Amino acid sequence: MNATGTDELTVTEAADTVDQAGLEATGNGDAERMFGQRRLRREDPPLLTGESRFIDDLDLPGALWAVLVRSPYANANIGSIDTSAAAAADGVVAVHTGAELAEDWANPMPCAWPVTDDMVNPPHHPLATDAVRYVGDAVAVVLATTRQAAVDAAEQVIVEYEPLPAVADPEEAAANQVLVHPDLGTNVCYDYDVTPDPDAVEAAFSAAAHTVSERYVQQRLLPSAMEPRGTAAVPEPFGGNITVYSSTQIPHILKLMLAITCGVPEHKVRVVAPAVGGGFGAKLNVYAEEVLCVALARRHGTPVRWTETRSETAQATIHGRGQVQYIELAADDAGKVNAMKVRLVGDMGGYLQLLTPGIPLLGGFIYHGVYDIPNYSFKCQSVFTNAVPTDAYRGAGRPEATYAIERAMDALARKVGVTPEELRRRNYIRPEQFPYTNPTGAIVMDSGNYEPSLTRALEMLGIDDVRAEQQRRRDAGDSKVLGIGICTYMEMCGLAPSRTLAALKYSAGGWEAATVRMLPTGGVQVVTGTSPHGQGHETSWAMLVADQLGIDPDLVEVLHSDTAISPLGLDTYGSRSLSVGGTAVHLATEQVIEKAKRIAGHLMEASPDDLEVVAGSLQVKGTPSKSMTLQEVAFAAFAAHDLPEGEEPNLEAQVSWDPPNFTFPFGTHVALVEIDTETGDVRLQRYIAVDDCGPQVNPMIVEGQVHGGILQGVAHALWEEAVYDTDGQLRTVTLGDYLVPSAAETPGFELDHTVTPSPSNPMGVKGVGEAGTIGAAPTVMNAVIDGLSHLGVTAMDMPASPQRVWSAIQSAERPTAPQEGSAP
Amino acid sequence: MIPAAFDYVRADSVEAALEALTEHGDEAKLMAGGHSLLPMMKLRLAVPEVIVDIGRIAELSYIREDGDELAIGALTRHRELETSDLLSDQCPILHHVAHLVGDPQVRHRGTIGGSLSHSDPASDLPAACLALGATLVAAKADGSSRRIPIGDLYTGFLETTLDPTEMITEVRVPKRPGTSWNYQKFNRRAIDWAIVGVAAVLPNGSGGAPGVALVNMGSTSIRATATEEALGQGASAADAAQLADDGTEPPDDLNGSADYRRHLVKVLTRRALEAAGSG
Repeated sequence: MNATGTDELTVTEAADTVDQAGLEATGNGDAERMFGQRRLRREDPPLLTGESRFIDDLDLPGALWAVLVRSPYANANIGSIDTSAAAAADGVVAVHTGAELAEDWANPMPCAWPVTDDMVNPPHHPLATDAVRYVGDAVAVVLATTRQAAVDAAEQVIVEYEPLPAVADPEEAAANQVLVHPDLGTNVCYDYDVTPDPDAVEAAFSAAAHTVSERYVQQRLLPSAMEPRGTAAVPEPFGGNITVYSSTQIPHILKLMLAITCGVPEHKVRVVAPAVGGGFGAKLNVYAEEVLCVALARRHGTPVRWTETRSETAQATIHGRGQVQYIELAADDAGKVNAMKVRLVGDMGGYLQLLTPGIPLLGGFIYHGVYDIPNYSFKCQSVFTNAVPTDAYRGAGRPEATYAIERAMDALARKVGVTPEELRRRNYIRPEQFPYTNPTGAIVMDSGNYEPSLTRALEMLGIDDVRAEQQRRRDAGDSKVLGIGICTYMEMCGLAPSRTLAALKYSAGGWEAATVRMLPTGGVQVVTGTSPHGQGHETSWAMLVADQLGIDPDLVEVLHSDTAISPLGLDTYGSRSLSVGGTAVHLATEQVIEKAKRIAGHLMEASPDDLEVVAGSLQVKGTPSKSMTLQEVAFAAFAAHDLPEGEEPNLEAQVSWDPPNFTFPFGTHVALVEIDTETGDVRLQRYIAVDDCGPQVNPMIVEGQVHGGILQGVAHALWEEAVYDTDGQLRTVTLGDYLVPSAAETPGFELDHTVTPSPSNPMGVKGVGEAGTIGAAPTVMNAVIDGLSHLGVTAMDMPASPQRVWSAIQSAERPTAPQEGSAP
Repeated sequence: MIPAAFDYVRADSVEAALEALTEHGDEAKLMAGGHSLLPMMKLRLAVPEVIVDIGRIAELSYIREDGDELAIGALTRHRELETSDLLSDQCPILHHVAHLVGDPQVRHRGTIGGSLSHSDPASDLPAACLALGATLVAAKADGSSRRIPIGDLYTGFLETTLDPTEMITEVRVPKRPGTSWNYQKFNRRAIDWAIVGVAAVLPNGSGGAPGVALVNMGSTSIRATATEEALGQGASAADAAQLADDGTEPPDDLNGSADYRRHLVKVLTRRALEAAGSG
């Protein structure tokens, strides 16, 4: 039993590259240690009592409100824009069009991931000038003394549009019949190919005993953070600096990009992310409104603020997913997969945002998932559409890849005639194959041990009993049938190794910075470059440091999300914060301890090597009476009266850590659904997740991440879909039409875990923020297909809405009849 | 999500509310719980010049027996309906359906009069009241009032026969203790409106005709008259349910096509009738 009270399943021996400190840190079993404790989050009381301040809560005297005028057309040339009535309206200070602001931009809106040398990137500015390319594309901005006045005046801006044909479907866009950007002559943004040995792939397909060929649609999703976006740019009263408050995941990257885009010296810009109510990748971006607020604040010499409405979230914040996937597997007689081919059509939307083109490629190198598939081909063509730009959304490319391989494996299991779990067992990368150079040759998976998670998940479900009940209902002709879905996922996260990111043509690195500073009065300041927006870093980083120093975590203050306090960092996304940022904190704390040992050894006339940390003190090993508290050492370092020769005053250390590799968490999820075959209604009855994120700093926080992640993935499978009609009109702009689930639709999740430490960082830790989302959609869809397989249903797109399920049953039962009332 | 500017009048009595309505005519809009009106205003689908807030008129919040009927004040909130023992005993379908409206926040704000007069065909309470044969009492500033059978109230989507200066003050439903009833609400999330819903109230030997009413099968809440007639003539639940879409014009939207709704309403009507005990 470990500290969490759950059985530890397997502890894979860490590879020998893990240092000794790391192995100790992986324990999770020592009740004395802070590492591994279930500890309530210190963030929650201020959030729950309203003490925390979100962007819209900030009191900014004299701030003007910005409201944007947005295109109602999916594709149109802009004729004239008449701002006179709006400019004359009560409370209005100014109305600006894109043409008026053209000189305010030193550079276009940034795309930091030019994935190929010949990638097409159309000019993109905060306000469109000549043409609009999606519904929601902004053409003018109103500044007024109140938000109400700005909203009213925005309705009075008269824009003459010349509507053009629009295309919102990526496969139609790929045909280049309707052009999103007519000047470019093509809708194709880029083509990408990862096929190390094409001949070997074809040979494997020729020799295959079984093949499957599937098509899946990753519908667009609206990342629906509880807090919509918002920004305020505040010129400092003197000195010419500007402070930008934004509801962002990336204050550091935003600071850099605002400087480049607005032509402001970077050292004159400070970015602060106040309390941020969720991001899910959507706030990993640089948005027109952020750039506009800075430009307008500079122009008018006054604070300018903007808060997104919920309808704007649908039309002005990036969308997630948006891919059409073709996947083929070639297997031998026993179902061992020898080759795979993947072809994607990626939907970029109207323009490229910060990371738009790279998202499909984050999955492109790992479509093989947890399976040892020697021959690999991945091709991707990404296209522009008359729709909101896509970009990172929880998992970013990896949920899509996992979905494709996991559904295709189920299809193959049906062909081979074995259970889904048996087919998976025959194909898993075996533990002894790690480190495993994957078939692309570009990725080395550092660790993994998949079968125990499958075995445990099926045991928790009671697979034999559930299958018996499934069969009983089928035999009885019950209108409510059961479906069981299985998925074993792995993810590549902890973005990270800067050299690998360079090979992918990502413009920045993936290191993270931390400073740990012991104050002379005994408290500790931790400065981190990660930027939490719900993840609980304040709690977890304090636990890490308290664990190493043997002190109360309440003595540790964690400072973040303000570039004036934390000037170095690359922020929070891609399940990177613990394995990269937490490791930087860990290493900085180690350096602090080393320095403290040198000073204490000097003062106690002992060798630093003979000192050990015991409960907040440095003791001479074997002589507990000879010791100094860390606070005493910190004071001595501060006073600097008697330091070792050459030792600098103060007890602090700063570390920038660039890990050697990503981390590769994994797990097995199992879902049980009940399907009403008369109505098509799907109800999730049970959901089991056995995840492996390595050693857990705070299992309660891990569970929270897994719960939320699973529900977002289940929502992908059952409810959520951003629907465009053929004219490029977005039909899901309210939370009445876009179905974000609530607790009422959620069963209690049944969780367990295995622990396989990563050898790529000293604590052996891996990411967990995206795991649930990555595993859940294929798990649920495999369950839906399994539940209907006896009726002949083999294909279903997401979301598995009642009408879609009912239609699939109808067409499967009567294969020759036209499909009734097919889903849009 | 920012409503247009409007004037706000809080009425503390029925008389004050009716006076305000008379003064402002169709520029005014009554607000009870506000959970239908305010979202429409925030989306600027409704732009009333004047809001007359009647949410605090305590005299219109009650559930009491009145002869063979229950009298329910128009401003009785869903929360009170779903927790009323009197309603549970005497009109259990209304007690049950009130529990299915929206979420707890909505039920603590929304009122029966507001829900019935809003004329949203996707709402639950209008269908339950149609199946029950409820009557509404509507008052005017001159002191007059009239009784409107609920079947005569609805003229179209968000449209009723109420005059702009008129206000519903009371809902009267026949006592139906021991009746057989069932309500089928089909939706994807608990908080959503029904994609299709069916309310069934069967006489069960206590006299009266069967009542079957449909949610979201047209521009108004409607009765399934063909099904009701078939039941009256002794048809089985399965046979009567096959007529449930007769004369309906269901919407075609993201939640379901018209054809799918026609299929659903038959399934749900059969289930409602079978659950209510009709052979």
